Amino acid sequence: MSATLSKGINSFKEMIDAPVASFFSSCVHCGLCAEACLFYTETGDPKYTPIHKLEPLRRVWQQEYTLLGKLGKLLGLSKPVTDAELEEWKPLVYDSCTMCSRCAMVCPVGNDMTYMIRKMREGMAASGHAPKDLIGASTRSVEIGSPMGIRLPAVKAQMKHVQDDTGIDIPLDRVGSEYMVLMSSMEIINFPEYLAAIARIMKQAGKTWTLCSEAFEATNSGIQIGASDIAKVLVQRVVDGAEKLKVKTVISPECGHAFTALRWEGPNLIGRAYTFEVQHILEVLDEFRSAGLLKTTGFEEARLTFHDPCQIVRRGGLLAQPRNLLNMVAKNFVDTADRGKMNWCCGGGGGVSAIEEAEPLRLQAFKVKKAQLEETGAKTLVTACANCRIVLEEGLEHYHMNIPVMGLTELIAEHLTEGE
Amino acid sequence: MNHLDLLTFARGSALNWALIIFAAGVVLRLFEILGLGRKADLAKPRLNSPGSGWRTIFTRTLPPEGMLKRDPVTYIGGYVFHFGLFIAMFFFAPHIEFFRSMTGLSWAGLPNALVDASVVAAIVALGVLLAHRLNNRVKRMLSGFGDYLAWAVTLLPLLTGYLAYHHLFVEYTLMLALHLFSVELLLVLLPFTKLFHTFSVFISRWYNGDIFGRKGVAS
Repeated sequence: MSATLSKGINSFKEMIDAPVASFFSSCVHCGLCAEACLFYTETGDPKYTPIHKLEPLRRVWQQEYTLLGKLGKLLGLSKPVTDAELEEWKPLVYDSCTMCSRCAMVCPVGNDMTYMIRKMREGMAASGHAPKDLIGASTRSVEIGSPMGIRLPAVKAQMKHVQDDTGIDIPLDRVGSEYMVLMSSMEIINFPEYLAAIARIMKQAGKTWTLCSEAFEATNSGIQIGASDIAKVLVQRVVDGAEKLKVKTVISPECGHAFTALRWEGPNLIGRAYTFEVQHILEVLDEFRSAGLLKTTGFEEARLTFHDPCQIVRRGGLLAQPRNLLNMVAKNFVDTADRGKMNWCCGGGGGVSAIEEAEPLRLQAFKVKKAQLEETGAKTLVTACANCRIVLEEGLEHYHMNIPVMGLTELIAEHLTEGE
Repeated sequence: MNHLDLLTFARGSALNWALIIFAAGVVLRLFEILGLGRKADLAKPRLNSPGSGWRTIFTRTLPPEGMLKRDPVTYIGGYVFHFGLFIAMFFFAPHIEFFRSMTGLSWAGLPNALVDASVVAAIVALGVLLAHRLNNRVKRMLSGFGDYLAWAVTLLPLLTGYLAYHHLFVEYTLMLALHLFSVELLLVLLPFTKLFHTFSVFISRWYNGDIFGRKGVAS
């Protein structure tokens, strides 16, 4: 066994806990998880069945943690996990799993496949079977500070641009602010309207906020590739920044996995609870709304629908907030048939959108979104994750659908009552 | 050994050994699972999460919106089989008498005709589910020896019970002995095959409900 393979297997062994053992013990091979996975439903290829993507991990569990499996291994009857097999599984564990958890909502025995894929990726990365694009993104995150290679000067340039545009001061490193605002690379490069929206909303709400020069990036390639050591370094930056600036709340941006990394994985990665709160921007906005701090004027007349980002809704718990906010500014809001915790993924989460060779499959899987959107007849698509947004835009363009996509925060900001 | 001797053996030491292996196997498997433990979650849960693990144990019995249409055979076949087996196991008067002799507990049974119909329904459902397993590409890919073994050892007690009750094929005493042996085979294999989901389903559903409940999602 090669040194890297044994590192990978050891990582699998370390990752297996009581939930994983109960999930594998309970699986009756009913195949219903396939029916919940867009990579299966849109291709019809059984290899995309979620539980099948975990087969190498299952065998390690069986051979190491069950009496019969141990006996089988002793007698040389069991099939060991090999490098060749892990390489074959790479497209199943990475390219065709967005960690959206839809399968975990339907499994009759309650298996949480995403919980297991997240763990399996640790062993895949440790054994050298992670996609090169995710390795690149992770390296850039650690060395430069952002998966897309963005440095502080780029952020400062955007701050100045927004300041000039809105006439509102964008605070940086202001100690004692209530909120510390993070952004995703995608927002810094592609969607500057997010920062402008935040500036205007905070001004109206009368809240103090700041960006942090040492922690402006919210995304976390570590949790996508499955490298907890990298994930920890990236979370620690945010924690250090927030504690240095003594903020009450860190706002996770319109980015799905950043919220999972900061809100749910972060304390476990650094080994302690935070001294501050982490909220997704939609949670903050909905709190402002119910406190009467968010005043809007006018309504969107066009028929619009909402794409629930998996990590924010199904795996983040923000079910009511997006709809509360949309109803403030939209007269003609229609939900998709599968919505909220049962919504279909955009196809690009969990690092998939960063993997170049996964693109043809991702576009094929997008057919489910296409059908969902066509059914609503919506003229505008709103979401709350910059990665979903770019993936949706690409998919819509590929299928020649002329539907603009916008961020919910930006939509709210467009309707802010001015002059107050 | 005549049929009566065989039945005596099936009711005596064979049953005892099967029950011992079953009980030891279940305890071992539960220990294998729960003994692995899990790390405490340091992330602050949302407020609305208590009891979510327990809720999911029940709610996951129903198909989520839209899923019944996607694979009605698995859902309906699954319900019919499980209900049929449950009724036959626990509401057939001679079975209740057996449980009373073992534990001292007894309860009211259901009319034999109803139990009989349940058994037939369960057997038919098993047949349909096997055909579905062989025809459906996903299920066929996922299935191995263990799946077909589990199917066979689940069918045998239902089938032999039905034949014994209706005095079909072979002499009643022999068929009853075969019925007991088939139950014993099931008991011995249950902890070590996917049939262990009989127990572990409560654990896996609980974890699912707990994991999502902490995030504020009813799963």
